[in-house]
Amino acid sequence: MLKAIGVRTVDDLFSPIPAEFRLSRDLAIPREMAESEIVDWFKQRAQENAEGYACFLGAGAYAHYRPVVIDALVQRGEFLTSYTPYQAEFAQGTLQAIFEFQTMVSELTGMDLANASMYDGSTGAAEAVMMAVRITGRQGAVVARTLHPEYREVIGTYATHQGIPLTTIAYTESGRIDRKALEAAVGDDTACVLIQSPNFFGTVEDVEAIAEIAHKRGTLLIVSIAEAVSLGIIEPPRDADIVSMEAQSFGVPVGFGGPYCGVLATKDKFVRQMPGRLAGQTVDKNGKRGFVLTLATREQHIRREKATSNICTNQALVALMVNIFMTIYGKVGLRELARQNLAKAAYGAAQFGKHAKVHFTGAPRFNEFVVETTEDPYAINSRLLGHKIVGGLPLKKLYPELGNAALWCCTELTTRSMIDTAVGLVADSERGMRSMKEVEEEVAR
Amino acid sequence: MKHMTRKATRHVSQNEGLIFEKSSPGKAAWKLPPLDVPEVDTAKMLGKQERKDLGSMPEVSEIEIIRHFTRLSTWNYAIDLGMYPLGSCTMKYNPRVNEFVSRIEGLANGHPYQPEKISQGALRILKTLSDCLVEITGMDAITLQPAAGAQGELTGLLMVRAYHQSKGNPRKKVLIPDSAHGTNPATAATVGYGVENLKSNDRGMVDVAALAAQMNEDVAALMVTNPNTLGVFEQEIHKIAGLMHAKGGLLYMDGANMNALVGKTRPGDFGVDVMHLNLHKTFSTPHGGGGPGSGPVAIKKILEPFLPKPVVITKPDGTLGFEYNRPQSIGRVRAFYGNFGMFIRALAYIFANGPDGLRQTTEDAVLNANYIRKGLEGAYDLPYSTPSMHEVVFSDKVQSKKGVRTMDLAKRLIDYGFHPYTTAFPLIVSGAMMIEPTESEPLEELDLFIEAMKSIAEEVEEDPQFVLDAPHNARISRLDETAAARKPVLRWKPESAG
Repeated sequence: MLKAIGVRTVDDLFSPIPAEFRLSRDLAIPREMAESEIVDWFKQRAQENAEGYACFLGAGAYAHYRPVVIDALVQRGEFLTSYTPYQAEFAQGTLQAIFEFQTMVSELTGMDLANASMYDGSTGAAEAVMMAVRITGRQGAVVARTLHPEYREVIGTYATHQGIPLTTIAYTESGRIDRKALEAAVGDDTACVLIQSPNFFGTVEDVEAIAEIAHKRGTLLIVSIAEAVSLGIIEPPRDADIVSMEAQSFGVPVGFGGPYCGVLATKDKFVRQMPGRLAGQTVDKNGKRGFVLTLATREQHIRREKATSNICTNQALVALMVNIFMTIYGKVGLRELARQNLAKAAYGAAQFGKHAKVHFTGAPRFNEFVVETTEDPYAINSRLLGHKIVGGLPLKKLYPELGNAALWCCTELTTRSMIDTAVGLVADSERGMRSMKEVEEEVAR
Repeated sequence: MKHMTRKATRHVSQNEGLIFEKSSPGKAAWKLPPLDVPEVDTAKMLGKQERKDLGSMPEVSEIEIIRHFTRLSTWNYAIDLGMYPLGSCTMKYNPRVNEFVSRIEGLANGHPYQPEKISQGALRILKTLSDCLVEITGMDAITLQPAAGAQGELTGLLMVRAYHQSKGNPRKKVLIPDSAHGTNPATAATVGYGVENLKSNDRGMVDVAALAAQMNEDVAALMVTNPNTLGVFEQEIHKIAGLMHAKGGLLYMDGANMNALVGKTRPGDFGVDVMHLNLHKTFSTPHGGGGPGSGPVAIKKILEPFLPKPVVITKPDGTLGFEYNRPQSIGRVRAFYGNFGMFIRALAYIFANGPDGLRQTTEDAVLNANYIRKGLEGAYDLPYSTPSMHEVVFSDKVQSKKGVRTMDLAKRLIDYGFHPYTTAFPLIVSGAMMIEPTESEPLEELDLFIEAMKSIAEEVEEDPQFVLDAPHNARISRLDETAAARKPVLRWKPESAG
């Protein structure tokens, strides 16, 4: 090959790099490993992680069963090792799959259309806010405090340099957004109201009532959905203008936080302000149905600095996992799956409620609930770890006013015996704290 | 067919409708275990919030699902089927061991909020990959949080902005060469910077004199891709860095083309202050039909205070943990810690190669591109004779005289069993044909590709209309994109709904 090219050594090909910047030593990285060594190394890391624990964590990352069909199909090389389907004739498989994904997401969210995917729920929410700003020509965004705290942080990062002022709205006793405060905060300069439902506490919001408040002032309503399984049994936010969903629950591994699958859905009239890729149906020269990426004039590779977003590579293969999951469960299965989640969490909340304080009982919940204990939840969780249980997420860093509260999640994978064991340990803690208090009072007397 | 294609042949391809067209009530591919807690009265629990109907969601059986997606998959081209010479995309082999280790129980199932004590394995992966990438780039620190290259750009420019802000003036604009990826200007706009175009010189490189004239204290940074999108190494990169630094500006490097540099040179050594990597290009994580990607951002020390939070630290007791207390941080750019599954794959790739393997990879990538360049010179116009690194850009200048443009040639390449090269980019070349073979291709595949391209050039001379009508052997012929955009059909609807 060198001869064909007309050079003597491979290094001649690197002559454009000025000599003083050429690396004349080996990179200081681990030596080359055999496949068996690589597998061993990662297996060791897995053992240092929580393997075989019963986990009650949700909070934006949900452990649902992943039918094996998903990985069997997404590992086909034709999906795994193909590029973004710009050359439609050679990528009809990916394009039709995206079209079906868009259809199912639209159907589930109650919107007219959906895009091919965003990075995740947090960045999708930030993009939705920027989209609302473009549509309305207004600047302000009003955000529920019960939106996932990390989503709020990401929106803050994006909004800072867009000159989008953010207002945060508190929640009430019921765990729902404070509608009075919301009404007062929404003005003629508000581009959007952004809520999450079920919200960070697992509480289902009254979307219709919130939409009314927003729409009265010409403000758009964005609904963020972090737990997609809820759509099987909770009425979708049909009154929203934009839905930003994290679809991880649909067949995507919890995987220490990523890759996940964000997706935006909206009304027909807003499609040209939507970021991200869209597959559309068309015909070929012979009138045969086919699919292409469409409305590309919204995108960075055409519009450069005037694009709706800088997004390019998104989450296609993860969207395919979501797609296959939605196809497997379908019309009936998704409802049954959601029902089981609802029942498990209802049982969990009721059991915990016998020994500790369960917050936000005044509104419907999906599969998460907030439990306040007397003892610091970090201390309780530390003890639970000894029983191979990962307890709920302590909320004091995120919501200091909730004190010793923690956010617990039960899915269809949470067994009754797991719940009973965890409840038993929390009950022990509560009894311990009570008797300690009694002893203290005794001593004080 | 006019010319013989040695690589591709016709084979039976299955027809397959939309999944919704196969749906009928009662079919199911799911089964749940019996509920071990009391049933709930959903109407009572949810009231008006209860969803009664899931509309036209499908009802199909498992074998139908397997066949559906398997049939669809066969309509795709893929690296696993052959060379995928998309310039700027680095379509290299995606090792299967990467897929295997990413699915190991304990790594695939870790919850992002589980206590650090039982997350040491995941944290060790973050730390080890970070250390490797810092060494490979010659930078001082890194964040793995960005979800893809474009988000890496955003993160990098946010840090640039925060840096200038900390000096009292965020500055107004970013300089971007006319050969840059579209994400660069789109990102600059998102960060609130104006975009100023920088012209390339006649060798396809940044015009250093023009840069000197345009550089002033309003400029926050220059975003440069190196090698640039012509596959040309910016030979005066150190002068470019010097010019930027002299006026207090920073040098951002788009690392999309890092596959030409790994183990041979380090951006940190030639003056780059901040850069992103694409793990889905250089580090072999699969493109998956358009993601997931991963876009770590490596930086020099001056930018370290502004890194997104949290950052991974080694605690006094030797264990690893997340540090959230970063008062000057630009904040979060994504929930949790980034596309962790991609970190596992990229690290497995680094392990499989080691220092020698990574260097050899780069050498082979550059060797392959130059072999193609030599093989196609004469058949196609080479607009810039400057030496090529890992990719080469030809143009359709010769063929366009017969009315055949880069996209037409690309469509004909499909008939020969190759995915097309990148068409019509970079914008500074009219009718660009951007070819990047990567190191993965054996000589036999390169020869087949050269043969195909030459054969197509001959076809253009003999019968241009035949090429204009391509593809001839794909499942479908050219699709009407104008109609798709004019009256968008973006979802399926049941017939009764119109």
